[in-house]
Amino acid sequence: MAKTEELVQGVLAGDRRSIARAITIIENNTAEAPKLIAQIYPHTGKAHIIGLTGPGGSGKSTLIEKIVRKYRQRGKTVGVVAVDPTSPFTGGAFLGDRIRMQELSTDEGVFIRSMATRNYLGGIAKATKDAVKILDAAGKDIVIVETVGAGQSEVEIIKVAQTIVVIHAPGLGDEIQAIKAGLMEIADIFVINKADSENADKAVMDIQSILQLNNKEKTWKTPILKTIALTGEGVPQLIEKLEEHRQFLKKEIEHKKSLLRAEAELIEAIKEKAATSIIEELRKEGKFEELLHQILEKEIDPASAAEKLLRGKFKKAVSNA
Amino acid sequence: MQSTRKIRVLIAKPGLDSHDRGAKVVARALRDAGMEVIYTGLRQTPEQIAETALQEDVDVIGLSILSGAHKALFPRIMELLKQKGLTDVMVFAGGIIPEEDIPEMKKLGIKGIFGPGTPTETIIQFTLENVPKRT
Repeated sequence: MAKTEELVQGVLAGDRRSIARAITIIENNTAEAPKLIAQIYPHTGKAHIIGLTGPGGSGKSTLIEKIVRKYRQRGKTVGVVAVDPTSPFTGGAFLGDRIRMQELSTDEGVFIRSMATRNYLGGIAKATKDAVKILDAAGKDIVIVETVGAGQSEVEIIKVAQTIVVIHAPGLGDEIQAIKAGLMEIADIFVINKADSENADKAVMDIQSILQLNNKEKTWKTPILKTIALTGEGVPQLIEKLEEHRQFLKKEIEHKKSLLRAEAELIEAIKEKAATSIIEELRKEGKFEELLHQILEKEIDPASAAEKLLRGKFKKAVSNA
Repeated sequence: MQSTRKIRVLIAKPGLDSHDRGAKVVARALRDAGMEVIYTGLRQTPEQIAETALQEDVDVIGLSILSGAHKALFPRIMELLKQKGLTDVMVFAGGIIPEEDIPEMKKLGIKGIFGPGTPTETIIQFTLENVPKRT
């Protein structure tokens, strides 16, 4: 399919229309998508992928705008993937992250894409990962992934990044409890924004006590930075920390992490393909429907039904037997 | 593999008017109809609107304007869309656009014009019926 090759050439040349179209293809998971990713993949690995997450009201979007501007001042090109939730009821989404970043729209060195969490077959993390790959292959020095950090899927999304920044602001409610479980453990940099607020120092102390426990076993000690996004105060220091973490990652430890990430991706891909084809086969064989009715009648539980269906397929069924 | 195509709509407010309630109402209605709506806020320049439409690869653009500057801004926006190769995007407009200006706007390529009080259902139906098909 010459069309895909052409599109890939466009992406590699940094052509914005090609980048936009390529992201749409992987979003919609059309027939072209796997081929596109396969051709793009060898050209990835150069960008620094930064995840930024924080609750609404933390000033995250304003901070991101300042961060992008600083990187641009230093001559770097930036891609931003802003992820917002899809409504589980309507399937639609309101994507408003660009509002704070719109002045950057006409900067040729910045590419911003809003993505909704949708109901991706591989999960939103996979779709976000693929969008990041496209921006990476297109030559962006920095790729920022932004999420609200409110649900479990957001924790998954943010793991797409090499450097994870968690942002919080004082007065948003119960400081510690408000931070999604799992984020504290994976944060590489913690930012308290609105540092001019009178509760800022207390917020820092609260986070510090938890981080101290986490940091004991780690080689990279997660720092807490203070920023005032509205004025840009603290942003240069944040950029320095981001660069520092990047250098840290380049050492051997990152190689091990990369290996683990690649393994996880491969296993996910195998699971996805295997499950889809096995389920298709089982449906065709006819016993599927029969067992569904038995489940409804409470004659058999779902796990045992799965055992039954798979027994013929594998010597060892997918169970903890 | 499962395909999940969604209609992506950009709701934009060109020019200097700061009345955004209508735009937000339409944006929310389209979201509730299952579309992905990119809302970019107030005071957008034609350049910002066209570039956003390109990066977000939208199917539809809804322009909301109440300041009377549509005759100056809409031609510029349509020109930029053409320049960027976005000829397959459906554009509609809303706000305060006098009846006598409507033919001129339609000639520019704006497919639908919805004045104040238009039921959101009308706009939703129009969008669903006129969204360009992508191969």
